[in-house]
Amino acid sequence: MLSKQQIAQRIAQELQDRWYVNLGIGIPTLVANYIPEGIEVEFQSENGLLGMGPFPIEGSEDADLINAGKQTVTVLEGGSLFDSAMSFAMIRGQHVQLTVLGAMEVAQNGDIANWKIPNRMVKGMGGAMDLVASAENIIVAMMHTNKRGESKILKTCSLPLTGVGCVKKVVTNLAVLEIKNGAFYLLERAPGVSVEEIQNVTEGTLIVDGEIPEMQL
Amino acid sequence: MINKVVKNAKEALEGVENGMTFMLGGFGLCGIPENSISELVHLGVTDLTCISNNAGVDDFGLGLLLQKRQIKKMISSYVGENDEFERQMLSGELEVDLIPQGTLAERCRASGAGIPAFYTPAGYGTEVAEGKETREFNGKMYVLERAFDAQFAFVKAWKGDTAGNLIFKGTARNFNPMMAMAGKITVVEVEELVTVGELDPNQIHTPGIFVQRIFQGKDYEKRIEQRTVQTKE
Repeated sequence: MLSKQQIAQRIAQELQDRWYVNLGIGIPTLVANYIPEGIEVEFQSENGLLGMGPFPIEGSEDADLINAGKQTVTVLEGGSLFDSAMSFAMIRGQHVQLTVLGAMEVAQNGDIANWKIPNRMVKGMGGAMDLVASAENIIVAMMHTNKRGESKILKTCSLPLTGVGCVKKVVTNLAVLEIKNGAFYLLERAPGVSVEEIQNVTEGTLIVDGEIPEMQL
Repeated sequence: MINKVVKNAKEALEGVENGMTFMLGGFGLCGIPENSISELVHLGVTDLTCISNNAGVDDFGLGLLLQKRQIKKMISSYVGENDEFERQMLSGELEVDLIPQGTLAERCRASGAGIPAFYTPAGYGTEVAEGKETREFNGKMYVLERAFDAQFAFVKAWKGDTAGNLIFKGTARNFNPMMAMAGKITVVEVEELVTVGELDPNQIHTPGIFVQRIFQGKDYEKRIEQRTVQTKE
């Protein structure tokens, strides 16, 4: 079973040279720590920053320079700053090649739910609906099950949706899944996790085609 | 050059009344109009509709207006980090309209740009699109969203000149430029007010035409919501 860091590490293998990438809050943020050798990617923060760098050295933090999670950050050389309309023009206009975000539920038709639980305090969708409605490539980083052990990889989402038919790949603590033809295709298993174990906690249709390799981390 | 300068926040907020709709710049606590918010608290105007990406924290930003129950409705994309907000929302005292962040930005921009409505893919197939017109373009579905209508926009810039030309700093720019375009009366507070000629016209982010009133802000706290640092090696 993968740790959160390892989920991020596996997702980082999906990064391609010269991609602009938007990372959501939580596990997705960790992806920036595992950029493969020899490729150049730039991180976009939807509050208006491209070329986002690491957290600042203590004492040099700037209240006027934060990421979408409101954390203090830095700008790399060659970075740029812009307003929110331009930022979402980049996103909706598909100038950002990859979005990585978390989810509460994902369905086999590519639907995603990650912003609202009925009868609970709702904080809002932030930029998630714009991101999932637009990105060419969306990778969801999530735990395979919820705290009660129930599958979050479903036939249909039960929670209010963030976007429809948009997710193509899911990396969980147990597996790498591809969504196509209305089903989850098992591409890889976490080290030491069997196909049967994955099958047992996947409520959606799981296609197991041939020998399923272990992830290489 | 047309002079937009007013003496202080008090003068800048002249004409503000109960029940009005305001836009307030900022993302989290970054780039919020601190002086205008203080003045709104001081004026005690109520039943306000506030269009702002976030709702501040309990004791800072829009949280100050929430504490005094001055806000009737919030239009935002994300409203975490505020217990008083949560209490008022759950008790039904506060009306909340949550909309996608890019849609919020574009509804501001459209308002200032003379575009009454636009199609966006954001929210299609979700409850955000309920009751709204949808339409297919090139095989993809879109939702019709309308421009906002706000009496005042409260904007915070880094530098501004007496003609209302503005320069923003870092990610404090966020929603401020579009809100500046959209306000019927746009009130700008700046960290540094300079005379015309001091700002390079090539570097202006918001041209003065969008600004009705500008004043030198004071006592900026610029609070950091999530101070995240690395320690020096």
